[in-house]
This record gives sequence, structure tokens and C-alpha cells, in this order.
Amino acid sequence: MGEIRFMKGNEALAEAAIRAGMQGYFGYPITPQSEVIEYLAAQEPNHDYTLLQAESEVASINMLYGGAAAGARVMTTTSSPGYSLMQEGVSYIACAELPCVVANVARGGPGLGTIQPGQGDYFQAVKGGGHGDYKQIVLAPNSVQEMVDHTILAFDLADKYRTPVLILSDGAIGQMMEKVELPEPVHYKQDKPWATTGKTKDRERNYITSLYIQSDDMEKKNIALQKKFRKIEENEIRYEEYMVDDAEVIITAYGVTSRTSKKIVDLARESGMKMGLHRPITLWPFPADRISELADRDNVKAFLSIEMSAGQMVEDVRLAVNGKKPTYFYGRTGGIIPTPEEVLAYVKEQIG
Amino acid sequence: MKEGYEVIYQKPKTLTDKRMHYCPGCIHGIMHKIFMELIEEMDLQEKTVGVCPVGCSVFAYDYMDVDMQEAAHGRAAAVATAIKRMLPDRIVFSYQGDGDLAAIGTAETLHACNRGENFLFIFINNGIYGMTGGQMAPTTLNEQKTTTSPFGRDPKTMGSPLKMTEIVSPLEGVAFAARVSGNTPANVRKAKRVFKKALEIQQQNIGTQFVEVVSNCPSGWKCTPVESMEWIVEKAIPYYPLGIFKEPGK
Repeated sequence: MGEIRFMKGNEALAEAAIRAGMQGYFGYPITPQSEVIEYLAAQEPNHDYTLLQAESEVASINMLYGGAAAGARVMTTTSSPGYSLMQEGVSYIACAELPCVVANVARGGPGLGTIQPGQGDYFQAVKGGGHGDYKQIVLAPNSVQEMVDHTILAFDLADKYRTPVLILSDGAIGQMMEKVELPEPVHYKQDKPWATTGKTKDRERNYITSLYIQSDDMEKKNIALQKKFRKIEENEIRYEEYMVDDAEVIITAYGVTSRTSKKIVDLARESGMKMGLHRPITLWPFPADRISELADRDNVKAFLSIEMSAGQMVEDVRLAVNGKKPTYFYGRTGGIIPTPEEVLAYVKEQIG
Repeated sequence: MKEGYEVIYQKPKTLTDKRMHYCPGCIHGIMHKIFMELIEEMDLQEKTVGVCPVGCSVFAYDYMDVDMQEAAHGRAAAVATAIKRMLPDRIVFSYQGDGDLAAIGTAETLHACNRGENFLFIFINNGIYGMTGGQMAPTTLNEQKTTTSPFGRDPKTMGSPLKMTEIVSPLEGVAFAARVSGNTPANVRKAKRVFKKALEIQQQNIGTQFVEVVSNCPSGWKCTPVESMEWIVEKAIPYYPLGIFKEPGK
């Protein structure tokens, strides 16, 4: 049994990063995730990591590039507008194949938007966000405990695949307090022979770049990247399900809406409707094959994606269902979490 | 070595054999050479990590035989900051042009200097965007013609050329700031001495080192290499005076 604490989501993420052996944190304050940098700033004297408050999110993502390429475990955290600013850097990091962890404790947009929680950054997270053909692993915690677990996992996956890993959380999970069990600190052993640490006599120089000016070289790089993405799709899909075995209507939801969706399933079953929940934990790679299997089942009549957006993940659900069953969408924006009652009213009216 | 011959001049071992892509007459090659000579002479090859920018020196990692990172446009200072913070006992430098350091990356430049990040900025100022075909830079001189200021830079609508060394010198984080050129053999030797001083200051860990090089661009300026050197003397240096602007203890 690890240490038990009552913690805020953002602080739990920060504590987990320390325990994961993070060596460098570079970030810029933005609501609703500033507790991460505040917690790390307060804890810095007790640990070995370096913390730097950058001049912007543009700078902090490029500090991540430099620190990761120097071989260190590095992290930044932000919220939606800040994550938009980072997109060029994420593309460079993905192409240069640098391991690092980014957390987006998302709020409602577009624009300056609201500091209330949002899920409108799904497209940006899973479809690339920056320029060019790349993917990144996207983890979607739905509890304070998972803020911890996903942070530890994110550092390991980043190193394993030499890729940026995004923790796509939301302002509700970041701000809520729950009981968490913290793991023992990881004894992280750096093994990155590709890192730019100084060209010793026993090796050629290392250089980290995303520049492939010759067409053939650029295509070769893309083929190699795509091969890596396929490997990640084969190995790293994660999801959780609740009462799907006999379900006639399957809700798909992630993050904070997956919590309210459990309640929806319970209330629906009390009133005689067999509902279930499929909750993607990795938004990329997306559990498309599993959703396709569910869509093949005779008992499954329909899917319903519940999101705090105008309809984003529902597109991936539809691609997975591939027309086999109708797929509905219910969403609220502006930071409003859909209530079980309004969703059930929608279900009764639209799905029956 | 043939009998009767002796080596009196050679390129440093810290430069690769890759043929440089720089245009004939460009000062980039000279600066690469003298800086890498210093890395060899000061025995720093194993300790050095460099950052190259987006601009003409985007391929600097092909020539400099040290570990290097290619940064996004303007972000070399942020990248170098993190390298030095993660590897504080290494020698870290960024090698940047005027578009990179003084336009798109001004924020990163100023804040790295203001924090006193302990790395060396090598700032190649040729007053034009060479790689993209000769557009106006933040350091293009007033009345100078470029493809995006075809009638000459008009300070009323385009601003006046930024004097970056003068801008960063007063910042407390900056330990060393100087402007050099590579237009004459004497200035090349002076530049090398200045780079050496900067590297020694980095080893003392007392603040940022900033060295601006008044450079040229025969292709972008649409002149011969000799004419470009004359332009440096007649036009560039009067606006961008050479010298040491700040050094420890003075």
C-alpha cells in the first residue's frame, strides 16, 4: 500500500511527476492548471529537478524539446489556449522523436473562452494539432488517482516509444479533490545513447533534427514514423467498460463526462433501459476495434457519445461503428457538464 | 605528408568534411571555422552542445562536429536554456541569424538574457533574410532595399533596425556582450579572441554571453563578395559599432 493523501488533481499530477523521476519542468501559468507549477515550485528545494517558469507556452514547449534532446525526463503542463500555442513545438518533438510529457488540463473554448472545464481540444489532441503527419499518445484520466497513474505511465510510454505523450485532462479533474494512493518514487535510469550530451571520443556526434530537406529522406522519415504509430496502436490501446455485456445503448465518454455517464447507466437501468459505458482511456490510439466489436453485437442497438464539446470524439466513434448501428451525440459546451437527467431525457426522445 | 612539405594551415578537426552550402563570400563559413578552432584548441568537443536555428545556418550541425540540436524558428534560446539547465557542466551555444534571434525569437532571446542563462549566443547579423531569398530583416538598415522593402526600408512604417547588442547589454543577467565582424583578417582574429573570452566566461558561470557578428550576404544584397565587405565598412559598422559592450569587472 502506497502513501494515501487527499489531493487536488493538479497537485496529484505534479507529485506523480516528481515520483516518476522528472528532471526538468518548464511551464507558464494558466487557469485551471496553475497548481501544477505552484506545487512543483514549492517542492523544488526537496528534490533534484529543475523548475523554470518560461516566458510563454511557446518557450516552454521548446524548452521541453531542448531538455528531452539532452536526455532528461521533462514535462510541461498547460490549459487549452496555452496548448494551442505549443502546437508547432509538438510537431517538431514528434518528428525529432523526443520523449516528453505534456498535460492539457482543458477548459472551454474557442478563443479565450472560459476557465470552466471543457473537452473541445479532442481534435487538436488526437488528430495532430500541429502541422504534418504525426500522432502522439493521448491519455484521458477521469479521477485524481488517474492523474497520478497516467503521469507515471506517460513518462514510461514517452521513453519507450520516443514520443510526446499528452495527458488530456480537464478543469474538473484538475480542480477536484479525492483520495489518492501515491506510488514509491521510480528509480529512473537514463539510457538514451541518442541524446545530445557531448560527443565523446567513442561515438559520432549526435544531432537532433526534424529537418529532412530531400524528398526521399522526408518520405523515409514519415514511413518510419507511421510504422512506430502502428506499433503503438497494436500495443497501447486502453479502455474501461461498465455494464456493456447486455447493453442495448452504449455510451462513449472520457474524462469527467465518463464519471457522470456511469450515473446515467445506473439511472437508465433503474428505469428498465439496458445501457452500458465504453470509456476510452487512450484517446489515441483509439479503441476503434473494440467499438467495432460492440457494434457487431445483436443486443447493441445504438451508441451515444457524451462530450463537453460540440461533437468531436463522436466522429471517431462513428468511424469505428462504421454505419453498423446508429450513433448519437449529446454535448454541452461553455464548461457545462451534462446532467444525467438531461441526457436521459434526450435518450428517451431520440433513441427510445 | 610528402617529404619537404609541412602543414602550415588546416581546418580544425572539429569541423566535418561535409562541403558547406554557404554562398561564395559569406562570412558564415569563417565564423564556423574560428569557433570550431576554439572548441578544438580549448579541448571542449566532448563537452559542447550547440543549437542551430532556422535560417542559412540551419544545416550547421552538418559541419560542426559536436552534438547539436536543430531548433524551431526563433526558439534556439529556449532550447539552449533547457540544455544548459539539464546539463549544467556542458558548454552550450546557440548560433542564430537576425530573423531567428531578433524577429520571431525576440521574446526567447530577451528572457534567456534576462534570466542570465549561462550559454553563448552567436548572433549572425547580415541585415537580411538570406535563406528565404532576400527579404527585410529586423536589422535591415534604413533605406536598404530588399525584396519586401523594394523602395528601401522606411523607418516610418517599418521601424528602424534593432541594435540587439545594445538592447541586451544593460540586462543584469548578461555577463558579456560584444559585437565583432568577419570582414577583414584583423577583425576575424579579433572575433576569435572575443569568442574565446565568451567561452571562458561561460566556464565561470556568471551570466549570459552574447556575441553579435556584423555579417554579409552577397546573394541577398545582390553584390559581389568584395562589394559586400565594402558595404560592411561604409554602411553596417557605422550603425552597428564593433567592440565589447559589457564584460565582467568593467
